[in-house]
Amino acid sequence: MNWQTVIGLEIHVQLSTNTKIFSGASTQVGEAANVNASAIDLALPGTLPLLNKEAVDKAIKFGLAIGAEVNPVSVFERKNYFYPDLPKGYQTTQLDQPIVGAGSIDVTLPNGSVKTVRIHHAHLEEDAGKSVHEGFGDCSGIDLNRAGTPLIEIVTEPDMRNADEAVAFAKALHGIVTSIGICDGDMSQGSMRFDVNISIRPMGEDKLGTRTETKNLNSFRFMERAIELEVDRQIDLLETGGEVTQETRLYNADQHRSRAMRSKEEANDYRYFPCPDLLPVVVSHEHIEELRKSLPELPAARAERYQSDLGLPSKIAIQIADDTAASQYLDASVSKGADAKLAANWITGEITSRANNEDLSFSEIPFSADWLAELLTALKNGVVSSKIAKEVFEYSWQDNQSPNKVIESRGLKQMSDSGELEAIVDDVIANAEQQVANYIKAPAEKRGKMMGFFVGQIMKATQGKANPKQINQLLAQKLNALCE
Amino acid sequence: MSMHTLSISQMAKGLREGEFTSEALTRHYLARIEELDDEYNSYITVTPEIAIEQAKAADELIATGNAGVLTGIPIAHKDIFCTKGVRTSAGSKMLDNFISPYDATAVSKLAQSGMVMLGKTNMDEFAMGSTNESSFYGATTNPFNTDMIPGGSSGGSAAAVAALLAPVATATDTGGSIRQPASHCGLTGIKPTYGAVSRFGMIAFASSLDQGGVVARTAEDAALVLDAMMGHDPLDSTSNPTASPATTASLGDSLQGKTIGVPTQFLSDNLDADVKRVFDETRATLESLGAQFKETDLAAAEQAVATYYVIAPAEASANLSRYDGVKFGYRCKDPQDLQDLYLRSRSEGFGDEVKRRILVGTYALSAGYYDAYYRKAQQVRALLTQQILAAFEGVDMIMGPTAPTPAYELGDKVNDPVATYLEDMFTIPANLSGIPAISFAAGFTESGLPIGMQLMAPHYGEAALLNAAHQFQLATNFHVQAVEKVLEVQA
Repeated sequence: MNWQTVIGLEIHVQLSTNTKIFSGASTQVGEAANVNASAIDLALPGTLPLLNKEAVDKAIKFGLAIGAEVNPVSVFERKNYFYPDLPKGYQTTQLDQPIVGAGSIDVTLPNGSVKTVRIHHAHLEEDAGKSVHEGFGDCSGIDLNRAGTPLIEIVTEPDMRNADEAVAFAKALHGIVTSIGICDGDMSQGSMRFDVNISIRPMGEDKLGTRTETKNLNSFRFMERAIELEVDRQIDLLETGGEVTQETRLYNADQHRSRAMRSKEEANDYRYFPCPDLLPVVVSHEHIEELRKSLPELPAARAERYQSDLGLPSKIAIQIADDTAASQYLDASVSKGADAKLAANWITGEITSRANNEDLSFSEIPFSADWLAELLTALKNGVVSSKIAKEVFEYSWQDNQSPNKVIESRGLKQMSDSGELEAIVDDVIANAEQQVANYIKAPAEKRGKMMGFFVGQIMKATQGKANPKQINQLLAQKLNALCE
Repeated sequence: MSMHTLSISQMAKGLREGEFTSEALTRHYLARIEELDDEYNSYITVTPEIAIEQAKAADELIATGNAGVLTGIPIAHKDIFCTKGVRTSAGSKMLDNFISPYDATAVSKLAQSGMVMLGKTNMDEFAMGSTNESSFYGATTNPFNTDMIPGGSSGGSAAAVAALLAPVATATDTGGSIRQPASHCGLTGIKPTYGAVSRFGMIAFASSLDQGGVVARTAEDAALVLDAMMGHDPLDSTSNPTASPATTASLGDSLQGKTIGVPTQFLSDNLDADVKRVFDETRATLESLGAQFKETDLAAAEQAVATYYVIAPAEASANLSRYDGVKFGYRCKDPQDLQDLYLRSRSEGFGDEVKRRILVGTYALSAGYYDAYYRKAQQVRALLTQQILAAFEGVDMIMGPTAPTPAYELGDKVNDPVATYLEDMFTIPANLSGIPAISFAAGFTESGLPIGMQLMAPHYGEAALLNAAHQFQLATNFHVQAVEKVLEVQA
């Protein structure tokens, strides 16, 4: 049977505020356990939450970025359940009246077509702490540094039909939240976590199948693999007469396996009710408009600009536009005089692969956008060849030295003195009697290819510093003279 | 006249004129507590070191001539207000080992105005009760007759002030917990408008109803302390952002032409005869001062108790989830696993009344019952608030008894929680609608037990309430008789 996959996502996005959503404690990660847990985060008796307006503004910006309705009144509720890393015994979140209503995101798929994914809503909530299960003997440790970090949970409609679409959506979403500056986008640190709801149904069927939810996927790659695994699992089940159980599943990326965590029957009754410690969040029309004005360029508009203004091909334009740091890098190098197409090729090629090797983002790499402009200018002006340019790039990166300095100090400048080059050309021709004889004998149309040997010899003799154009000119001139 | 019968302004005068020092005054009260409190069990924790230190600082300030009216005046805090470095138990085994690392806003405001903390007063566990019998630290007794309940949940504060073991005390009121013990102990107790006194550092029972206030021997004393407690607190989102008007400024206003409504629902035929008599006498006194009475209708008040006992337990069920044995407070011995840790810590750490309310609240919020209970209760709450505010369009204040009966014997209703819930029928409407209400001593039973009357006003009408009680106290001497009766018993 032909099956159709139906995918909806719930995404937890950590908002990049300095302090927590309901306390003044720092949201800094990587510190000693519980250093950033204040009396409020510890839920000490008598403490009360105080809403961080910055978190509200960031949630509103997200709503504006996806063209969603921003609700003028939203309400925090308590979601009750016991867990050691949930200090109050309830999570403060939103349910019936979330801050962001329905919207949508247009996603360009790898094949170039555009898919619209509808957003059901997005709500504000607090993150939980972490349980640490190693290093405490029979016990577990609790680290509440993360407790109270502001999140928005974004819930999509079940609009995606395969892993490619889901991943393309996830990347587009990542591009949006990072370009409007509401999230650092660091997925390895859990800044964006994806829960994937998956069901399958016979092709042509309207009714949705029973879904499962695979929780807490924190890389695009894991998400893709987890979806493929789950779709295969459901197809196997249904084709062998089994049934899909509505359940929450956990994906283990190392083993590429998933297991059931809890079924619908075991699900908590969360007993939501409006939090009496917090007033409804009221946002004025004026404030929303102010935030709208403050929104920077969004990835879709940026991709459009890269195509129309910089003449980039759509695939590269979208690839760079989705990555805010890469976009800033491109814009900066172009403004410093780099050729846009060259710069885009370098960014998606050399620089991305070098950055990936060291697991760095564009905002962290040691080779600045100014340097890229410098290097590409040198390349364009014939100061270095494209082969030497890659060498210069490597030295610059390693030694933290500007391309011009590298060219200077390592003597990588192309030979521009034609007299010196001419002597080398003459020398090479004089020492290659056999090749010269063959060249002369060959029909004119084959001679072009035979020049390669001489070019290689000259490059060797000049350690690659000769200008290839000049070599070709001189060689053609000299060899053709011998033919006459 | 001995120091323990002085009013706040008399004490302030004595301090200012050098008749006695704050240290002497404080030591006097500490000695009385030491000598007499075994009888009442009104304090859970006495803090003599802090008291003496604060008193000495107050004396230094008084010597500079920069003291305020509250500088150097001793006060007791209900053990629901967090006090830095001092156990804050909320009357529960669960928090018997909890030393708060911070001060509640109300506590720090009073300390800033120079008040001296004598200690922390007994209370029903997590403020759940109206007899003070649910305290982990044992019941508090009524200073007028130690076989009787003092009322609750602020029974320790009321007993301490009535027994002259503190001049004044902080208290909290979720459904009547300031006013009912004030009534049973011959005191003036005021529950301000919701949002007037910060809840930060006040251990939560039912967040949308809880409000801090004062029990005192007179309306004037209550006004002086309340003025120092009220005010916007940025740490409490539900705190009123505009300043509450100072109540002491209105204490000279006349009652001439003021109208007072009496809800027919508050004066049913089966009201206690003594309570009915005191009501009639109070009405006559206030009329003689120029007030005019008229009937008002608060039909929804009849559903107030039922509404309250859905909303308060629902909020409590979530507020008390943090007491799980994980981070602070009581933890069971040798937990076998997480489930066991939760189950036994909470089973062993909470008393019966608290567990009962957690169960009721959890049930009221559960899937399938939410609409029938919690949502319905919120609707009734809105309706009642509407009716009360409508009633205030025709009257300045609303009067009725504070409690349907005077204090009864300890143990009388221990096995009948619903009977004690009904004790709150007159006080609950003010909490549900967030309006201020006061109870003041207005008479006595044949056997000498105090009876209080309650006045309610629209939001932020504290000044009118305190002034009405003050005018009543200028015209009567029940507040003086109350002190005399307790001194007689103590002698």
